[in-house]
Amino acid sequence: MQALYAQLLVGLINGSFYALLSLGLAVIFGMLNIINFAHGALYMMGAFVAYFLLNLGGINYWWALIIAPVVVGIFGMILERTMLQWLAGLDHLYGLLLTFGIALIVQGVFQNYFGSSGLPYSIPDQLKGGVNLGFMFLPIYRGWVVVFSLVVCLATWFLIEKTQLGAYLRAATENPTLVRAFGINVPRMITLTYGLGVGLAALAGVLSAPINQVRPLMGADLIIVVFAVVVIGGMGSIMGSIITGFALGVIEGLTKYFYPEASNTVVFVLMVVVLLVKPTGLTGRAA
Amino acid sequence: MSALTDDTLPMTPRAMRDEMIVFALMAALLAVVPFTGIYPFFVMQALCFALLACAFNLLIGYGGLLSFGHAMFLGTAGYVSAHALKVWGLPPELGIVVGTAAAALLGLATGYISIKRQGIYFSMITLALSQLLYFLYLQAPFTHGEDGIQGIPQGHLFGIFDLSKPLVLYYVVLVGFLAGFLLIYRAINSPFGEVLKSIRENEPRAISLGYKTDQYKLLAFILSGTLAGFAGSLKVFVAQNASLTDVHWSMSGEIVLMTLVGGLGTIFGPVVGAFVIIAMQQYLAGFGQWVTVIQGVIFVSCVLLFRRGLVGELAHLLRRSL
Amino acid sequence: MKNTISALLLGTAIALSVASIASADDKVVKIGVLSDQSGLYADLAGPGSTLAAQMAIEDSGLKAKGWTIDLISGDHQNKPDIGTTIARQWFDVDKVDTVVDVPNSGVALAVNNVVKEKNGVYINSGAATSDLTNAQCSPNTVHWTYDTYMLAHATGQALVKAGGDTWFFLTADYAFGAALERDTTAVVTANGGKVVGGVKHPLNTADFSSFLLQAQASKAKIIGLANAGGDTTNSIKQAAEFGIVKGGQKLAALLLFLTDVKAIGLETAQGLNFTETFYWDLNDNTRAFSKRFSARMKNSAPPTMVQAGVYAGLMHYFKALEALGGNPHDGAKVVAKMKTIPTDDPLFGKGEVEANGRVTHDAYLFEVKKPSESKGPWDFYTLVGTVPGNQAFTPLDKSTCALLKK
Repeated sequence: MQALYAQLLVGLINGSFYALLSLGLAVIFGMLNIINFAHGALYMMGAFVAYFLLNLGGINYWWALIIAPVVVGIFGMILERTMLQWLAGLDHLYGLLLTFGIALIVQGVFQNYFGSSGLPYSIPDQLKGGVNLGFMFLPIYRGWVVVFSLVVCLATWFLIEKTQLGAYLRAATENPTLVRAFGINVPRMITLTYGLGVGLAALAGVLSAPINQVRPLMGADLIIVVFAVVVIGGMGSIMGSIITGFALGVIEGLTKYFYPEASNTVVFVLMVVVLLVKPTGLTGRAA
Repeated sequence: MSALTDDTLPMTPRAMRDEMIVFALMAALLAVVPFTGIYPFFVMQALCFALLACAFNLLIGYGGLLSFGHAMFLGTAGYVSAHALKVWGLPPELGIVVGTAAAALLGLATGYISIKRQGIYFSMITLALSQLLYFLYLQAPFTHGEDGIQGIPQGHLFGIFDLSKPLVLYYVVLVGFLAGFLLIYRAINSPFGEVLKSIRENEPRAISLGYKTDQYKLLAFILSGTLAGFAGSLKVFVAQNASLTDVHWSMSGEIVLMTLVGGLGTIFGPVVGAFVIIAMQQYLAGFGQWVTVIQGVIFVSCVLLFRRGLVGELAHLLRRSL
Repeated sequence: MKNTISALLLGTAIALSVASIASADDKVVKIGVLSDQSGLYADLAGPGSTLAAQMAIEDSGLKAKGWTIDLISGDHQNKPDIGTTIARQWFDVDKVDTVVDVPNSGVALAVNNVVKEKNGVYINSGAATSDLTNAQCSPNTVHWTYDTYMLAHATGQALVKAGGDTWFFLTADYAFGAALERDTTAVVTANGGKVVGGVKHPLNTADFSSFLLQAQASKAKIIGLANAGGDTTNSIKQAAEFGIVKGGQKLAALLLFLTDVKAIGLETAQGLNFTETFYWDLNDNTRAFSKRFSARMKNSAPPTMVQAGVYAGLMHYFKALEALGGNPHDGAKVVAKMKTIPTDDPLFGKGEVEANGRVTHDAYLFEVKKPSESKGPWDFYTLVGTVPGNQAFTPLDKSTCALLKK
């Protein structure tokens, strides 16, 4: 039983990455109607920015948490301005293809310069060590990841669902022409939204850097799992993607305990089940 | 939903004639390849991928369905054929049949699941399903994990044609490719193909006209998967191995790229695209990871600058259907 | 008239010299280094393997004896299809005689078939699979440096003897991991140890915490990592996070390279046990070679065991060529010759090429140093034990190679 609690907690940690990434995808999809295939690559860039900040500029983890999302967010906004915006009005599939191409370029460039095996990034001193919870040894850093991502997810939800800015955002999704008529600069809002979504991915990247090796392909496989998460949860609601993200992390954690062989397929299997039972996804709205 | 190809010309006798001329030209060119000094293994590989891309194009170009998991058919058929040839000792023709049948079954199962959602959801589902299969194949004992199935006997097709002779193998692969190509061509121009196109253009209207669009989409998916599997089975004889590379998502991406470069929804585009991409991989192999970057750049420039692809742009320029 | 005669004479001279080249043609060989130039194995093989091959050609002294040796290199991108296409093209078009290196088991086995079909010479140094000298052995293949059987045996045996008698396995869930676990379990139990548990994890797992918690709860003295590459580095890194080594358990990586230790960093990797067959700081010979090698490397890295194996394998190949005196194009014949000469080189010491193509040489168990003990940028290992070559590899009576049944 004790082991079970431990696995539940560990599952929450993975869930935080799923939640942060699927949240970013949902935010971008809501505004741009684009499935951002480059999300995994931008997540990886976040981790690399943290690595550069520490090793080239001596800037620590705490600053990286702020600087990396901003840097990658700006990079994302440049992508949106120079490329993505030209796809407006075209079939959604072109957005997928374009961002897939961007992902290949970014990952390829990083692989050329940094190889495949990855670079080390150590846990900040303040979060080193662990506490014995009785039923498990919890590294402090892991606990921090869960709490911090939960806070970020909720803050994002609040921003979009409860603030004036969020109201404009949601309105612009429904009817951009009308919102423009109110004197709101819709293209700029779209750019900022893409920056926000991408920034969330980069933030997840910084959070994962001390846990995993900082590798050029660290986001490539992850993004496919997150796609399945998104299919399960649907991209209709912000809260929906947060909850599905965490929930699937927990389910995956339990699988690792009961039947580890299936732990990397369980999310996909769940996706199949959900599609068979409730084709529109758990949170409702069909695409 | 805006159309993927903006100039769907009606099927006129002239267009039909043009296409047959180009087809005859292509077949003739490919038939003389062994006598030109071009390395035949390269062309065989490219032919397998060309058929694969054509099968993929049937879905995206005519049904508007972007499958991001077509590698699963290539890989499944490859593994099953390889296993049948090597472990069960089946003759080549049966090996191909078994592999292709496995891909057809897989097409039925995955098609049933993935057509439940439309647009990009469909793409994400196919991608996730192929990743699921990737992990299954990685763990399944019969695939030998990352070692792959190696040293597959080529044998004698119908007991007559010795496939270990490069020249014989070349013509067998060529005949297989041309047969698959003609089947796709026939499907596109059949009433079935017309319904598919109408679904791509406007699904609600097709439904209102009384078509059970889901059945048409499923049928197209199975047909496409089966032909992609056929390409995978042929490739086993060329490469003499079956490996995880063929089920990986990057392979699915390459299939999309080939078709995109050649021209989505064009008849000859996927063939041209496959040759371009395979040639690029061969001749840029020395550049290592830059190949990935170059592929990415091609993706981006295709989407931004010439969405019709090489053949599509040419057809547009000549005002012909190609 | 005079011009015509001189032209005729010149023509005859050219004809004669062409003829003499043709008769001396059997002293021309072409070697292809087929490696992963930019992916997962690029650091431990890749460009370094090409350099090692280049150095072997220079050190062999064959050029002075009238041989012409050409070297080309290729990138298989870890795809069996690309690997076999390059190899085929090398034999058919570029007239390559010998293929060396080839990391990545899948590609290595695929290329093995091509080399056999084309009757070339195949000196593999980079691949881990022991199938190359067992079920899929070939009269054209020599396997240098390491394989899964050796890794499992050397590490398992040495650690059990040092008191690590209870084991828990973290195994990558595919053929490679299963083979490592199976072979290590056999040697652990044969030496009186016990395997108390294990867990199979999927390939490319980002998060090992669940598995590490189970390993921790098992209280086993040794946690054996039967995985590779990113999985190994991630599990080591996260084991440190969960305080596993500090809690008294030992980590044994069954497959780890010098470049992996560099990537993980000593801070995290310290205390780790694993087996390699070459380390740059082993003796005067290895140090001298490594010094010359790293002076020519882009990032001045010392050679890994795979790169050293490329060098040693080619040096032995050149000995066989010299013994044959010429006509190096019948691959099976050259490999047969390589099997008759005992191996002896400055990097791996003495050994032999067995009938199944396996090269036996000593294997070493290392422990990773503490950061405070390390005196230089690549000073990573302490030697813990040596397994003699004749004990480290698959005994011939257990090899399933068909060549042995003749």
